[in-house]
Amino acid sequence: MSNDGHIILEMANITKVFPGVKALDGVTMKVRRGDVHAICGENGAGKSTLMKVLSGVYPHGTYTGDILFEGRTMNFNNIKSSEQEGIVIIHQELALIPELSVTENIFLGEEVTKGGLIDWGEARSRALELLARVGLDINPDTAIKKLGVGQQQLVEIAKALNKNVKLLILDEPTAALNEDDSANLLDLMRGLQGKGITQIMISHKLNEIAAVSDAVTVIRDGRTVETYDVVAGQVDEDRIIRAMVGRSIENRYPDHESNPGEVLFEVENWTVEHPDLPGRLTSKSASFTVRAGEIVGFAGLMGAGRTELARSLFGRSYGIHRGGRMMLEGREITPKNVSQAIDAGLAYVTEDRKVLGLNLLDTIKTTITSANLKNIVKRGLLDLEKETEVANGYRDDLRIKTPSVDVGVATLSGGNQQKVVLAKWMYTQPKVLILDEPTRGIDVGAKYEIYKLIQALADQGKAVIVISSELPEVLGICDRIYTICEGRITGCLAAGEADQETLMRRMTTTVGQPNEAIPA
Amino acid sequence: MKALKQIFGSNLQQYTMVLALVALAVVFHVISGGRMLTPSNLQNLVSGNAYVLILAIGMVMVIVIGQIDLSVGSVAGFTGMMVALTAVDYNLHWLVAVGLGLLLGLAIGAWHGFWLSKVGIPGFITTLAGMMIFRGLVIWVSKSISVAAPSELQFYGSGYLPEWGPAFTQMNNSTLLLGILGCAFFIVSELRRRSRLVRRGHEAPLWASLVRIALIVGVIGYLTYLFGTGRPGTSFPVPGVILLVLVVIYHIITERTRFGRHIYAVGGNKAAAALSGVNTQRTYFLVMLNMSFLAALAGILFLGRSTAAGPGDGTNWELDAIAAVFIGGAAVSGGIGTVVGSVIGGLVMAVLNSGLMLMGVGADKTQVIKGLVLLAAVAFDVYNKQQGRPSIIGRITQNFGKKDPQSTDAPAVDAGPVVTAEDTMPNTGIPTSTN
Repeated sequence: MSNDGHIILEMANITKVFPGVKALDGVTMKVRRGDVHAICGENGAGKSTLMKVLSGVYPHGTYTGDILFEGRTMNFNNIKSSEQEGIVIIHQELALIPELSVTENIFLGEEVTKGGLIDWGEARSRALELLARVGLDINPDTAIKKLGVGQQQLVEIAKALNKNVKLLILDEPTAALNEDDSANLLDLMRGLQGKGITQIMISHKLNEIAAVSDAVTVIRDGRTVETYDVVAGQVDEDRIIRAMVGRSIENRYPDHESNPGEVLFEVENWTVEHPDLPGRLTSKSASFTVRAGEIVGFAGLMGAGRTELARSLFGRSYGIHRGGRMMLEGREITPKNVSQAIDAGLAYVTEDRKVLGLNLLDTIKTTITSANLKNIVKRGLLDLEKETEVANGYRDDLRIKTPSVDVGVATLSGGNQQKVVLAKWMYTQPKVLILDEPTRGIDVGAKYEIYKLIQALADQGKAVIVISSELPEVLGICDRIYTICEGRITGCLAAGEADQETLMRRMTTTVGQPNEAIPA
Repeated sequence: MKALKQIFGSNLQQYTMVLALVALAVVFHVISGGRMLTPSNLQNLVSGNAYVLILAIGMVMVIVIGQIDLSVGSVAGFTGMMVALTAVDYNLHWLVAVGLGLLLGLAIGAWHGFWLSKVGIPGFITTLAGMMIFRGLVIWVSKSISVAAPSELQFYGSGYLPEWGPAFTQMNNSTLLLGILGCAFFIVSELRRRSRLVRRGHEAPLWASLVRIALIVGVIGYLTYLFGTGRPGTSFPVPGVILLVLVVIYHIITERTRFGRHIYAVGGNKAAAALSGVNTQRTYFLVMLNMSFLAALAGILFLGRSTAAGPGDGTNWELDAIAAVFIGGAAVSGGIGTVVGSVIGGLVMAVLNSGLMLMGVGADKTQVIKGLVLLAAVAFDVYNKQQGRPSIIGRITQNFGKKDPQSTDAPAVDAGPVVTAEDTMPNTGIPTSTN
């Protein structure tokens, strides 16, 4: 298979230095024409920096090393110049304009003109063609904001196809997609491969890499660790993990024996209506229980209403309450806003750290105390000394890697940010912790630490609810799992008795079996 | 360099701003042939700018929550006019009139707060409407005629502290007392701060504290001398005292109370604040309420200074206040800004005004220069934040800390707007992220 004549891209000895930091240190990689080439590495390993070098975001001259594309040395000065050569990058955060239509977005910057004016008729018919190529059957006049994330991702690819792409770079393409959309996208990638488009995929999801890759390059600390050919479908995930973290992780989920006590948190017939769409229920008569010291998983596809359920429980911060009650330690509680929910002993860690969970202007210590400022008030004023003490305590306990708690949270890595967020909610002394996608966007090593933290919280006798889209994660750390589909709880299984297939079946059925298999 | 770091510590940023202000004043002093740092000039500078600085205190809180208040000039003019009218036409006791004026300020603030927090109309629109409404009302109620102010107000708007005590001090003893109190406060708090640090096992050399004390006492002493040795009967101006008291109060509110934290939380990330239990609507409401209250206070002080309320009073004050806040380091996107910084920003404008006037530069050119200074200060800030570098102040302070790579002040202070954060964070693969 390896024949250098078929190499479309070669990056040799790429070194990129930021002030005080070597982000890339002599990275070398070759990509064969027509391959799907996966790049793996922990957060901060240098994957995205490498792709920014390749696509001209970091212009020629700001790095050292050579880029050979189709045999010629490339000196890109900006994205435009790399796109002219047929290298198109699709970023993790989609770069579509929500208010504009699909057609307008596809041709943004490449408008179809006739006599200086935009030829909308021509643009529209070309858009239809491109949409057909990515298997998207929608009206090209639809505004982007009306599309789901999966469809938006496809529009991005259609936009790339319009640029006569030869090398398509996908940065975490499925990060925001649900299982169906992800599978769809992987199919499309295979299809594009069949049409001769070379692709580089950056991904954390090893199963996806395993499914589509022809070659894998692992980067760690700005260096290429290894690069080798694989056969799609037969990738050794453990080998990738070993190379990524530089050590072998025997078990991705720490061993843990839970000792559930009495039922601590109980929700009955919880019904919530969508805030903007009257009549549409996001939670339909949901009932569940969590014991003290128990880790309960909420498994469901994206859009199943897991986050909506959690937020509606958390001081009705989502939707319109339409019935149901909530009991904590046997007593009914009725928190009507977030602050009452915190006082009652609930904590909710959001799925979207940067948008909903953190004030990126804050320092570590101000973040940690932000949900429980009451606790550091002395004679009406904030006791800043106590604040520092509290923050230092959590820094040591949770091993937040930082020289000082006065550092801004924006400078931390995803894993450390998540620890700060967890510290913030631990400081509210909650009885019930709802963790929404607690390991999203953080790498394997940090995930392990977060899991251990979650288990430690359960061991303190807290009721822990983990919402996750990753079934192995739910199976790996939860004691009991509820499946949710379209706002309805469709099943409850002990983790020991469940596997991915049984969960998936219940996550995709709206027929409830609420009384089944609830362990005593 | 390390020595400087030890002297100024983590407050380097604010000390540097003060130093920049002092340098500006000294430069003008030299250029104008020694007319800048004179008792009467400084006294005028303080009482002639106190009202704008009071507006800046409220404005920085509004800007930190990510809003803007365009109505403050009109509100100040309107409340000033109403105080004058009620005191003169209805023969109310001046204190009652002032009390009613402040209540009126609160009512107007509640009006703005209602539209912003309950109805959800952006502050820019709400207060643009307020600007028109209250300017119109001033002209309406005054019938475009100036109204004489109660004479008692003059003391508060432009008066001086009383003379008393021994004459051998050869200066105004009220001013002297104020200066001594200021020095004592600083010395005590500095020593307490140091003993706290030592108790917690931090390095806090005594000499560094002593140098700080010497510097600050020197500055306060010199200012005390200047303000206290003016024409007989003059002192540190009364409006300046009111301003100082407000700065202390609002500094404490913004830095040391839950409400203060909530302001920064709402401005930094409203959704995250709401999910942390902050009542965002209430925060919006109270900040707007407070702004109009301070605008009323500023209008009343100005009334005392100008001895009559005119229909055009307060025109464009909002712009001066906003400029002061941004020169003082606040971010347009909210979440960043301090009371002390904004007051210093306002003083920079005031010194610039006064210095240019002393040099005989006309009002037209002064306006142009002030505009350019505002643009330059903010552009420098924005540029540096885009580059992921410290702001203008951080830039100057950067060199002090160079030899101390472990120093954590710099990144903490200029975490900057979200853009910066995104750009320099894990995606770029900087291994400072420790995972």
